[in-house]
Amino acid sequence: MNTNRPWWRPDGFYIYAVLYLIFIYLPVLFLPVFSFNNSKYIAFPLKGFTLKWYEAMINNPPMLNALMNSIKIGLIVAILSTIFGLLAAKAVTRYRMPGRAPVVGFIMIPLVIPEIILGISLLILLSLADIPLSLLTVGFAHLLLCVPFSMLVLVSRMEGFDKSMEEAGLDLGENAWMTFWRVTFPIVLPGIIASLLLTFTISFDEFVLAFFLSSIEQTLPVYIWSSLRFPSKLPPTLALGAAIFMASFIVVTFAEWIRRRGVRLDSTSGI
Amino acid sequence: MNNAVTPSGIRLELRKLFLKSEPVRGYTLLSPTLLAMILGLAMPLVVLFTLSFWLQEYLDFIRTFSLANYVEFFQKPIYVKLLLKSIRISGMVTIATVLLAYPMAYFIAFRVKSNKLIWLILITVPFWTSYLLRVFAWKIMLGYNGVINSGLKSLGFLTEPLAFLLYNPTSVVITLAHAWAAFAILPIYVSLEKIDRSLLEAGRDLGENAWMTFLRVTLPLSLPGVIAASLLVFIPTVGDYVTPSLVGGPRGIMIGNIIQSMFGQSQNWPMGAAISVMLMFTVAAMIGLFLWGTHSYRKRVA
Repeated sequence: MNTNRPWWRPDGFYIYAVLYLIFIYLPVLFLPVFSFNNSKYIAFPLKGFTLKWYEAMINNPPMLNALMNSIKIGLIVAILSTIFGLLAAKAVTRYRMPGRAPVVGFIMIPLVIPEIILGISLLILLSLADIPLSLLTVGFAHLLLCVPFSMLVLVSRMEGFDKSMEEAGLDLGENAWMTFWRVTFPIVLPGIIASLLLTFTISFDEFVLAFFLSSIEQTLPVYIWSSLRFPSKLPPTLALGAAIFMASFIVVTFAEWIRRRGVRLDSTSGI
Repeated sequence: MNNAVTPSGIRLELRKLFLKSEPVRGYTLLSPTLLAMILGLAMPLVVLFTLSFWLQEYLDFIRTFSLANYVEFFQKPIYVKLLLKSIRISGMVTIATVLLAYPMAYFIAFRVKSNKLIWLILITVPFWTSYLLRVFAWKIMLGYNGVINSGLKSLGFLTEPLAFLLYNPTSVVITLAHAWAAFAILPIYVSLEKIDRSLLEAGRDLGENAWMTFLRVTLPLSLPGVIAASLLVFIPTVGDYVTPSLVGGPRGIMIGNIIQSMFGQSQNWPMGAAISVMLMFTVAAMIGLFLWGTHSYRKRVA
């Protein structure tokens, strides 16, 4: 098709794509803009450049504490849900099991009911069972939400490779555990990494479940929610949002750079 | 001969059974996940359903079966009205998001030759900020002293800020359509990418024009992606209470706000449970209807 058009005569699709990017970027870009603005009020005209909101962010123990809580929960949830997802994915792709379809459907339910319903039904159960709310309950709720995502990612990776490679491992005298470790694991590794990244991101940004199931110890989104109501707390929160945004930009750029290097090394060693 | 009766023999027999039976091994691997899901999903949903038939008395529940909450749900017009409004808002968000996303996904799948990954990353970058801050960004955009009003004022186009931009159902639709954009583009892109390019050439060779090829080949084949995108946007947005309470104002509240208040200020958990059950059934019915509709459309095309 027409990709050979000169750039000064773009086709309709190209113009649309650029307009679309403006639509999704424009509102988000105002967050960092106002995080450098020397005024308590989020309005134009801009009042000059300042770093004081970033300073306020670093000197804000409750916010940093919430950030640490979110990172902790995110890491634990990512690892646990990936392990659960890996076991489940191996079970449904490698063994003939009666009742497979309804069981998989059951595990996928968190994907098809609104989160508020998951949140309140867990809240009711915990309160009837007299279990106090804590970061642990938030983490458990996040695990339920993340396992289906892990499983989806890993099932598609497991279905993608040849079962006979595992059988070869077994035939060559490895036990089941060593076969998993030396054959299955390296092949599934990209899926595992994808699952870890995806579930960490979901947990880190999750608000509704954390809102209903946390008590005094807050996660970052719950902290942000409470700060949105107080105009004085807002500029440091914007600074934090911008900082997280930049950090994830660096991480993804770095990951992409590694991936490209990996691809290049692969292709040269193949010659 | 009879060593199967000794303890070690029994263990050996069990081990053999375990290794031989695929279902047993499969369910053993599945058991941690299943256990977590039964504890954290099935039991809470059963409890939610049960609680919706109880009543609240100050800080306690009256644990006898009663339909009072459901009677109230249908008698007070506010609940049904809010439920229908939430479905309408969320439906509009879904249609807007999918319609806006389709050309973009089509562009990446068919027009971009190299650097597809760069485009996909470009699309996901705005979604790395917190969901709450993304929603809040629209309050900054549309607010009384927001970007649009204060910007137009300092440029001299306005003397008084426009008050109608924020705090209405339209601002909720715009904000949600923006917040969920990536969830629509990615599944549609994947289904477009999977289409065998020779089918499109065949369509062109058989004398169809580009538009007819799109309608008769590309669109039906990309339908799974469109369905996935619609569900991925509709389900989370219909119960959302964050966006309505930040940018919706009194006229923009949705069913999620009522549920949340029943578990907050109003302190009527059983009523909140009943509303949630009704929301769940309505959403399930909508999804069923939608899947049935798209299924019969695909049959007609095929």
